[in-house]
Amino acid sequence: MTVATNHNGGTESGYNFAYLDEQTKRMIRRCLLKAVAIPGYQVPFGSREMPLAYGWGTGGIQVTASIIGPDDVLKVIDQGADDTTNAVSIRHFFQRTADVATTEETEDATIIQTRHRVPETAMKEGQILVYQVPQPEPLRQLEPRETECRKIHGYAEYGLMHVKLYEDIARFGHIATSYSYPVLVNGRYVMSPTPIPKFDNPKMDSFPALQLFGAGREKRIYAVPPYTTVKSLDFDDHPFSVQKWDQACALCGAEDSFLDEVILDDRGRKMFVCSDSNYCEQRQAAGYSNPAAAADIAAYQLALQGEADA
Amino acid sequence: MYVAVKGGEKAIANAHKLLDEQRRGDPNIDEVEVDQIREQLSLAVARVMAEGSLYDPDLAALAVKQSQGDLVEAIFLVRAYRTTLARFATSQPIDTARIDIKRRISAAYKDLPGGQLLGPTFDYTHRLLDMALAEGRPAHEVEADAAGVDGEMPRVTDILNYEGLIETDEEDPERDPSRDLTRQPLAFPAARDERLQNLARGDEGFLLALGYSTQRGFGGNHPFAGEIRRGTVTVSIVPEELGFAIEIGEIEVTECQMINQFQGSAEMAPVFTRGYGLTFGHNERKAMAMALVDRALRWRELGELPQYPAQDEEFVLYHSDNVEASGFVQHLKLPHYVDFQSELQLIRQLRAEHAGRFGHNDDAQNDNIQAEAAE
Repeated sequence: MTVATNHNGGTESGYNFAYLDEQTKRMIRRCLLKAVAIPGYQVPFGSREMPLAYGWGTGGIQVTASIIGPDDVLKVIDQGADDTTNAVSIRHFFQRTADVATTEETEDATIIQTRHRVPETAMKEGQILVYQVPQPEPLRQLEPRETECRKIHGYAEYGLMHVKLYEDIARFGHIATSYSYPVLVNGRYVMSPTPIPKFDNPKMDSFPALQLFGAGREKRIYAVPPYTTVKSLDFDDHPFSVQKWDQACALCGAEDSFLDEVILDDRGRKMFVCSDSNYCEQRQAAGYSNPAAAADIAAYQLALQGEADA
Repeated sequence: MYVAVKGGEKAIANAHKLLDEQRRGDPNIDEVEVDQIREQLSLAVARVMAEGSLYDPDLAALAVKQSQGDLVEAIFLVRAYRTTLARFATSQPIDTARIDIKRRISAAYKDLPGGQLLGPTFDYTHRLLDMALAEGRPAHEVEADAAGVDGEMPRVTDILNYEGLIETDEEDPERDPSRDLTRQPLAFPAARDERLQNLARGDEGFLLALGYSTQRGFGGNHPFAGEIRRGTVTVSIVPEELGFAIEIGEIEVTECQMINQFQGSAEMAPVFTRGYGLTFGHNERKAMAMALVDRALRWRELGELPQYPAQDEEFVLYHSDNVEASGFVQHLKLPHYVDFQSELQLIRQLRAEHAGRFGHNDDAQNDNIQAEAAE
């Protein structure tokens, strides 16, 4: 048994490297291999109870723990950012139990565990993107029963999903799904891309890196191997499209990234900033900015100052 | 500067310190010891052991202390510890007929071999707050009954079985008796052993409500509490190198055998049917609720029609686990900025389109609706 040292140089006594015991890792790796062999198929696995609450990334953590080695470099993001509380917590978990190097740079990471985003910076061959999955079943909102959903996947009878999308068009004139937008993987399985915004869906198609998905509470693993087709479901006369913003990022001026809105006051004033904090910082470091948003940033800093004084 | 709106490492560390301060409460008041919790809050400890699936009163008491009395949190702590333990053996089935009995009642028979033994129970207590307890009155001491209790304690269901009035519990020789839901995921239709494991780990409140629903109106069977017994049984294992059973310890359990009516079917004569509940420790409410739900879920093997919520296997088994449920409900506290941003954009778009179709203010909208209705 390997005893991991934590980042303080002490040992996290009593636990195996990366927390899970080696037999459990083997079981999960076997499931991962099966998942890679059948892209988009949900493989049931003996999900373990983790020292983290269900719904908070237990599936992603088990996948990461099963594939991580001492030489890996880990990046953890939540909502695109490295400094959100749960990302900090999960990164800390692996620092304690596996003593691995961590990074915020998308390029430098060998494994990126994510919740709700695909990084803006293009990933490359050899990297692995591990998604935390709250609900692996793309049909669950339409069919609550697991027994039925498995039949639908087995027969590839996805009419139910197409009818749902069609009903959106009939009612709103377009498909009214903004995140967790269903995809067809390798021409066979309809898959949940996890609650990433549909903005990120096109990135998943022919992705050079390996994409692994872990759903701990629902006890399912699935995968998209590198360079696999991932097609967002649509109709010929209503093609899939992604979100667009009228504004650019207030900090780095990016016009091609997913933007979060930051509320500046209670009268509707807001600014937009990149959800991917690493992408934004890299652009700022490279000298990009958004002079048009200078007043917004000043207002924001003033508001922060006010909070600090209060 | 944007970091200010997100949580950082420091915020988490401070939150942990504040939590610990809250756990301790007023430092001028004596700190509660783990052994005090184990001895004096034994029913909380029993629930944590039962739903935590780990028989260890000391660790369960520690979990109750650490969780500040939040039992679902304590169950989570015990589960997260249990998951790391090596499985070195599978125990032999415990024999609840050979039990060091503390309490045994039957609502089906007035008297029966082994007798009725009321034992320690809240039943028949008047629920009046004991003000003297607040003053720290000494506890009652009970002298052991010299006559003792009957050693023979046959199960009520076995007594009924002599006459063939109750279905027999057959073991399925094809089935691996050591299947474990914490190692292999649940699949449907679930076998009874998987259902029972799920229910034994299930949330007491959830099972109580489901069991109640089968009695009150959303379920057709009238149950009798054939027997409820509580006591200590021995646990043994058969080490491969020995080839015979050795005792490794004792556990306290509560067992409930519900007897239910069954009208019979084309294949089966009318017969009483069983619902079974078993929990670690003193856990009568849970054991009874579990027995009711077990019986409700047995519709398939008995050829009944599933008509009620408690008979819906996927609904019951997928939602019974409070650690899963608590985590997923509370994950809504995690940031969802990205999804919410997506929804913000969508709802603005939908509202703009709506306004385009129906006009901008409510009056105009109403006019439009009326105009449409008139068409």
